[in-house]
This record gives sequence, structure tokens and C-alpha cells, in this order.
Amino acid sequence: MKTENQKAWFFVLPVLLLVAFNALIPMMTVVNYSVQETFGDNVFFWQGLDWFQQLMRSDRFHAALGRQFMFTGIILAIEIPLGVIIALSMPKRGFWVPVCLVTMALPMLIPWNVVGAMWNIFTLPDIGLLGYFMNKVLHINYNMTQDPFAAWVTIITMDVWHWTSLVVLLSYAGLVSIPEAYYQAAKIDGASAWSVFRHIQLPKMKQVLTIAVLLRFMDSFNIYTEPFVLTGGGPGNSTTLLSIDLVKIALGQFDLGPAAAMSLIYFAITLLVSWLFYTLMTRNDAN
Amino acid sequence: MAGITLSHLRHSYMPDPKSRDDYALQEINLDWDDGGAYALLGPSGCGKTTLLNIISGLVTPSEGSVLFDDRDVTRLTPEQRNIAQVFQFPVIYDTMTVYDNLAFPLRNRNIAEPDVDRRVREIAEMLEVTDMLKLRASGLAPDNKQKISMGRGLVREDVNVVMFDEPLTVIDPHLKWKLRSKLKELHQRVRATMIYVTHDQTEALTFADQVVVMQLGEIVQIGTPVELFERPKHTFVGHFIGSPGMNVIPCSIKGDKAHVGELEVPFEGPVSGKLTGKTEIGVRPEFVSLVKKGLPATVRKVSDIGRHIVVENMVGDVRVTAIVEDNPPEVGEAVQLSFDKMQTRLYCDSWLASQPASTAGRKAAS
Repeated sequence: MKTENQKAWFFVLPVLLLVAFNALIPMMTVVNYSVQETFGDNVFFWQGLDWFQQLMRSDRFHAALGRQFMFTGIILAIEIPLGVIIALSMPKRGFWVPVCLVTMALPMLIPWNVVGAMWNIFTLPDIGLLGYFMNKVLHINYNMTQDPFAAWVTIITMDVWHWTSLVVLLSYAGLVSIPEAYYQAAKIDGASAWSVFRHIQLPKMKQVLTIAVLLRFMDSFNIYTEPFVLTGGGPGNSTTLLSIDLVKIALGQFDLGPAAAMSLIYFAITLLVSWLFYTLMTRNDAN
Repeated sequence: MAGITLSHLRHSYMPDPKSRDDYALQEINLDWDDGGAYALLGPSGCGKTTLLNIISGLVTPSEGSVLFDDRDVTRLTPEQRNIAQVFQFPVIYDTMTVYDNLAFPLRNRNIAEPDVDRRVREIAEMLEVTDMLKLRASGLAPDNKQKISMGRGLVREDVNVVMFDEPLTVIDPHLKWKLRSKLKELHQRVRATMIYVTHDQTEALTFADQVVVMQLGEIVQIGTPVELFERPKHTFVGHFIGSPGMNVIPCSIKGDKAHVGELEVPFEGPVSGKLTGKTEIGVRPEFVSLVKKGLPATVRKVSDIGRHIVVENMVGDVRVTAIVEDNPPEVGEAVQLSFDKMQTRLYCDSWLASQPASTAGRKAAS
């Protein structure tokens, strides 16, 4: 006999409460702000969808969004292939494996604002190691506080340095899980190195790579601390990514309504792209 | 296709082997005919996979050489040796269809597409996978995946030897015998030299014309299934082959007679060489019978396994099993055992020491 009662709800309740307090309630506060206008003192005026409409027509928002997609696109295009290449060239066993793994994991252990500060000092034209080397030894004019291109090169290099190892570690985990027999069979079948990569290694890495791309997309799309500490969004607005712009609106100008509307759209975009990518990758699997 | 010769082969996984224990594979000398079906049989860790990998070229031996039809291939890669190997776990190229999987070894060797197509369809027909050719290989059941792995091994017409490394381990029992008979049939059709590695005696004995039994990195006996059953050269072979395995009973030698306790146990024929060391009587349960007067024993266990009944007896503290057809004794009953003299062998330090009566007679006459 199957007994039916409502006991199961009690088991779910703690999780529901936790999620409510750490996600749903803060989120609803943002929704609340996004449809109202306030000048402080807890006085609110109903605005409806005004902030959203304004935002959709705002050139400033479009520019920040464009910069954000460009940044994420570039770092994905560099970090994913580079991570895979490094993972492929790492030893499979022996003394050097833990050495490689630990060395590579080091950048990930450094707090984000420290990374920003480190690179800031590193690139200073007079005293920074990189800045001095570029300007005084190679005689290349490199100053990321004045030149938008140099600023972009620097934030991208910094992100590649900071996060490529995540892709390496995930790809490497995928690679070492391939049984030796696959390589032996490929050898016997006369497969070329490219065939081995294309038909054995890549398919076996596909799942971890999906995770790697997802993580790197979300993290880089929401990136704030490192570029903020490094460039502060400048020179001008050239490295003002979405989150930096958001903080400027919310805390700099204290426009809580528009900032809330922007947050929601920002969140929706992150969610949509992640969902699209994940669905595409897994649907491919099912076929 | 080729015959295989292994000469003075030894292998160690250590860079600088010193004692005998450092070797995973003791010295091996072997001659295999072109087109034969051979099995390497032994428990896990006995070195059979090492030997197979040496023949296929995945492992280079520390000493000795491997010859295919008098051509020394010891230093050649698997690809240069032109061999095929099927592994324990099915190796499938997930992203490809069954057809592309089978065509892969041929396309890698730049064979013209019409020939590839003809050969793939031929092999698919043999393996009965023609209706799956268009499917993605990753979705197949394990037995079909293993069939495709086998197919990739057989698809090239010019392979010297096809090797199977415990290929049926991951297959469901009821499909095992099906694939096993398929393999036997394939061997008869393609007439390639085939080597089959397994720890399952049924697989080895049904597949091979000749079985190589290995233990602790050493070949203990090479022979046909019948030879291995009737005249195990080593007590290990007696134990390992047969179900239940051969009975081995410690005995003492007085003159040229063997005694178990006080009772004389007659064996097949004269002894070759000197009997120095531990002596034992070896007799298969099939040749042990319950009689009125013989070796006294106590019944410990009786199991009816359908075709016949296995009776486990204790002679002192040695276990001796007998196979009877009907009227089994009760557990705890005192019985008397008798061994068929012509099928009773004498072992000295675990190696066969007795000779069949007829050949010894012939030797004496000549």
C-alpha cells in the first residue's frame, strides 16, 4: 500500500527558505526598485516600465553591452583553445604532473582585487616590470592609462593569465579519463595525430569543455573587480564593461531605478546565453 | 598473414632487471603457424597481456625477438607490423557512424572508397551488423560495440595477425557464447592467424586449436584442449583447466610405487627422471569412482550440477572430488575411492613425472 501524505514538504522547506533568503527576496527587491523612482527617505513613485524603455534606447547601455560581448568573446576565443592545447601537451603521469597542476592553479588562488592591483603595478610605464620593458627596452609606446588599445590588451592578457588554467584543469581531467586502449587502438588503426584529437580526445573532452565554456562565459560576462581595479573603466569609457557601468549608475549617480532595470536585463542576458549554449550542446548529445 | 616466432623473449617493466623476480615474462620460445587459432590462458597478472602487447608491438621486449614469417619485427610499431587488436573494453569512435568506424582503418591507409565500401559491407554482413551501419556508434549496446571493435580488426585484408585481449569480459553471459561462436566462424572464414587472451578456460578451449597456459610470467604448457585436459604437464594446468579441477594428492614413493598413507596407488606408467622433491598424485574427478574397497575417505559435500553429481571427499586433510552419475552418498558417510590407473599421473615438484605405459613400452622395445 502506498501511503500519501504531505510530509515531503518538510524536507524541502529548509532549501526553499535558504533559496528564498539568498536569491528570491533580494531579487524581488531589485524588481521592486526597477519599476519605481526614489529620491531617498523611503519615498517611492511608480514608474512602470519607463526605466526598461529608457535603457533599451540608451546608447550608453548599448556601448557597454557591446564592450561586454567583445571582452567575453575574445577571452573565450583565446582561453578555450589555449587551455586545450596546454592540457594536451601536459605529461600524463609521473613527477611533473602535480608540479604542472599546482603551478597552474596558483593564479586562480589569488584574490581578484589583488590580481587587478598586481597587473596595475606590473604595467606602470616607469616602474612596472612589463611597462618599463615595453617602453624603455623595446621602445614600444605602451601606456594603458592613456591608450584604449593598450588597456584592452592588458585586461584580456590579465584574464587569460588568471583563468586559462581553469580550462586546462578541466580539459586535463577529461583527457586522463580516456582509457589507454583508445590510443592503442588508434595506433593500430593507423590514425593520424589529428584523427586521434578529432575522434578520441575532443569527443571525450566535450562534456568538461561545455562546463568550461559555461563557467568562463558566466564569470567573464559578470566580471567586475579586476578591470575595475586595473583601469577603472578607462581610459574614457573604453573598458567600462557592463558591471562597471552598473555600479557607476547605482552608486556613482545613485539612480537606483535604472540600475535595477539594468541588473534585471543583465541577468536575463546571462541566463539566456547560458541556457542556449547548454541546450545546444546537450541536444547534440541526444542525437 | 603470417606465422609467428618468439625467440628467447623476456620482458621486465623495470629499467634494470636483476633477479628472476624482476621479469614480468620469463624466457619464451614459441612457433605459431600461419592461419592458426591460438589462446593465451592464465589467471590475472600472469603476463598474458604483456606477451600479447609484445606481439602486437605496443610493448618492446627487454630481450629476445619477435618474427613474423622470418622477418624480425621486434622494433617495429603496431602500424608497421600490420596487425589488428581487439581490446577488453570496446573501443568505439563515438562521433562516427558504425559504417565510418569500420571504414576508419582502411581510410587511414588511403584505400580507394569503392574498395572501402565493399570491404565494410562484407565485414558487416559477417558480423550481422548491416542494419546498424547508419547508426551513431556511441548509442550501441556493449555487445554490438565489441562487434564493431572486432570488425575494425578484421576489415583489413592484409593483416598479419588479429589479437583479442579478453574481448568478452564486458559482454552479458547469454551473449557471450553467441559472440564466441561468431569468432570461431570468422576464423574459419578469414583464415587469419588469431591470438586470443583470456582467463576463461571455456573461451580458450572452444576458440583455439592450441592453448598456451601461463602462470607467473611463465608458459607452463602448450597443447591442444584435449592434451591439456588429459595430460596436464603441471599441477597448475590440472587445477586451472577442468571443472572441478584435477585432484592433487601428496604421496610418498617406496621403490617405484606411490603410496597415499599406507595404501599403494597405481599410476599410468614408468617415471621419467629422478624423483627428488615433493611428489603428488594427480587425477581428474572424472576418473575417480566410489568402490567397495579402495582409498578410505569421508564425504564432505555433494552438489548436483545437473549433468552429473560432484562429490567432495576428504582423504585425511586433502580434498578429493569425484564425479558420479547417480546414487550419490550421504554427507558424512565413509566411502572408498578408486582412481582409473591409466588416467592417474605422478607429479614431482608440481611437474609431470610419469609417462604413459604404451610409449614407455615402445621406448623399451626400441
